[in-house]
Amino acid sequence: MAQADQNFFNEMLNGTDVRAAYENLDRWQANMPSDLRSLKQHEAEQLFRRVGITFAVYGEGGDPERLIPFDMFPRVFTADEWRKLERGIKQRAAALNAFLADVYDGREIIRAGKIPEHIVTRNEAFEKAMVGIRPPMNIWSHIVGIDLVRTGRDQFYVLEDNCRTPSGVSYMLQNREIMMRMFPQLFVENRIAPVDGYASALWRTLASVAPKKCEGEPNIVILTPGQFNSAYYEHSFLADLMGVELVEGQDLFVEGDFCWMKTTEGPQKVDVIYRRIDDAFLDPLCFRPDSMLGIPGLMNVYRSGGVTICSAPGAGVADDKAIYTFVPEMVRFYLGEAPILENVPTYQCAKTDDCKYVLENLEELVVKEVHGSGGYGMLVGPKADKAMIELFRDKIRARPQNYIAQPTLALSTVPTFVEEGIAPRHVDLRPYCLVGEKIELVPGGLTRVALNEGSLVVNSSQGGGVKDTWVLAE
Amino acid sequence: MKLRVRHVSRYVFDAPVKRLAQSHRLWPAETQGQSVIQWSVETENAVTGSGFRDGAGDWTQTVTVKGPVSEFTVTAEGLVETSDTSGVLRGHRERVPASAYLTGTRITGLTAELRMAAEAALEGMDAASPLDRAHALARYVSDHVVFAPNRTEPATTAAEALEGGEGVCQDHTHVLIALAHAADIPARYVTGYMLSTEDSQGAEASHAWAELHVHGLGWVGFDAANRCCPNEYYIRLGSGYDASDAAPIRGIVDGATQETLDVSVAVTDSARQSQSQRQQ
Repeated sequence: MAQADQNFFNEMLNGTDVRAAYENLDRWQANMPSDLRSLKQHEAEQLFRRVGITFAVYGEGGDPERLIPFDMFPRVFTADEWRKLERGIKQRAAALNAFLADVYDGREIIRAGKIPEHIVTRNEAFEKAMVGIRPPMNIWSHIVGIDLVRTGRDQFYVLEDNCRTPSGVSYMLQNREIMMRMFPQLFVENRIAPVDGYASALWRTLASVAPKKCEGEPNIVILTPGQFNSAYYEHSFLADLMGVELVEGQDLFVEGDFCWMKTTEGPQKVDVIYRRIDDAFLDPLCFRPDSMLGIPGLMNVYRSGGVTICSAPGAGVADDKAIYTFVPEMVRFYLGEAPILENVPTYQCAKTDDCKYVLENLEELVVKEVHGSGGYGMLVGPKADKAMIELFRDKIRARPQNYIAQPTLALSTVPTFVEEGIAPRHVDLRPYCLVGEKIELVPGGLTRVALNEGSLVVNSSQGGGVKDTWVLAE
Repeated sequence: MKLRVRHVSRYVFDAPVKRLAQSHRLWPAETQGQSVIQWSVETENAVTGSGFRDGAGDWTQTVTVKGPVSEFTVTAEGLVETSDTSGVLRGHRERVPASAYLTGTRITGLTAELRMAAEAALEGMDAASPLDRAHALARYVSDHVVFAPNRTEPATTAAEALEGGEGVCQDHTHVLIALAHAADIPARYVTGYMLSTEDSQGAEASHAWAELHVHGLGWVGFDAANRCCPNEYYIRLGSGYDASDAAPIRGIVDGATQETLDVSVAVTDSARQSQSQRQQ
């Protein structure tokens, strides 16, 4: 196998040496005859089709019937690597929840001058209807998806946080299921921490935030927008695994102090709603009056303590682009700890020192407009020609406050099956952290891989695939 | 002043509906300017849910009726003692930060025309006090939107109302909110009741005005339709971003049908037998 490209951290190779965590896998792939490989690849595809998992990852849209390519070469973390990641992810999930509890109540972090008020209260995701409301255990985001990239042996960066309803966890579970079915021997030779505890951990998390008015075992439901939603498969998959009802808005109604589910044996009280629909559609009497997906009166029942909605409406204010910059500050402010996971460093051209650095290093940086989106008005230094760089130099000088810059991230690579054998391809990671009575994280997550050579784009709409993600047991 | 209120909303459906759900904000809060002596909300045979005070300080409660329902009546009535605070909202217990009211909705969203109107209203007032600037905006709305019933609809936007130059209290309020936003002043929609006098405008089902957050004073009410600030003739019910968000009754029915709503509001000075308003 060729020597690793020095510009990117190769998760399997250290120079020409195979890292210990990957030794078994390297032997496994080297001994695999190519006809067996294509047979297995075909088998994997059949299995994915049979379970019906064809939806777009993270609601990216695209053809809902399209299969997202599955790469059979797993991504591996050692127990040591994972321990640090786990601490960092749990810490971040705790801080994000503390932030939400604070901004809808006392707003201490704003009073302390750590975050400007307008970034919070003028944010689209801020819900006036949630001010002064204290959800059970004061937990607002019960499933936190944190998107990470790796750039070095010990260097991870958070790309973004997802505090509303992060999707994709069904891929984490199915990728493992299918790998175990196709290559049982691999799971004998390697000690891989299981991920199948996710469903019961999710149930425990949701049950732990049942309202005070709930007596006995809580009745939990998953609320879906319906079968035309791109993540419908995941909604029904999770409902099956947890043994709870999958419902649509029309299956529920509000009466008196509670929310009820229509059943053939009459109305049954609902205690916890894991909703996979957006805030705006939850309740036409509180949010969008034209919503057909929600339950009229639900927000009043929720706010008077009759039912729990997971995640809490308004939780999106913690995962906004403008808020992202302040997450390390949240960790220090609420937890009194140093952040374990780092944000991608961001240079504010409005600051003189930052601006000087940006202008001196334009060839290596990504420059973005502060309020821009969708890649509009962006400079990717390493891929830009001289004229473009000079154009941006002038733009930044003219209106520095309008620009921020970030380093171009060198995403790590993991071996991936290609025509000729295996080759390094760039990856990211989304772990799913559960926040209830306890903060729990199953050892694993969803690894997305950019299947095209040299590509840094892992989105499924642009040639991305998925991999099983292993955490080796101690 | 002691004001007696009787506010009846009667819903009649062409065909019976399967279920009806409403969220009510029909209870005046205790503030320095108003004190509730007696108040009740009657909802016939509806099931009521637990009430709670929301972040904006308004008592909120759900009612539901299991069908078939052909008609439904909500009656809010009571006696409230009011005093003149020059429009300043004092002693109102609320937790939503004023800065949350700086953003427009579909109805109050800004356009170039609204921004220009705000600039025109505030011309030469850069050094004026925040209160004077707020008054100037309200005056501009009074001058440029003539009170005229039935010329606008509930869905008329602030931009449309200003362009048309006519409207009812809802339109005056939406335009004033938009102009305030253009001037970076938090502003919101307030619903309530008003004892009408001979020359007062806005003899509608229930009244509405705007509150602007004035630095140093807090929330101050401005009734642009009547060129005044709310005084002891006013009872404040609740607030929101716009008319729909602030509505005292937000409802929905299960089952497609035509709905006729008949609202009557009577506000009287309990010391004298007096005015009543009625409108279809």
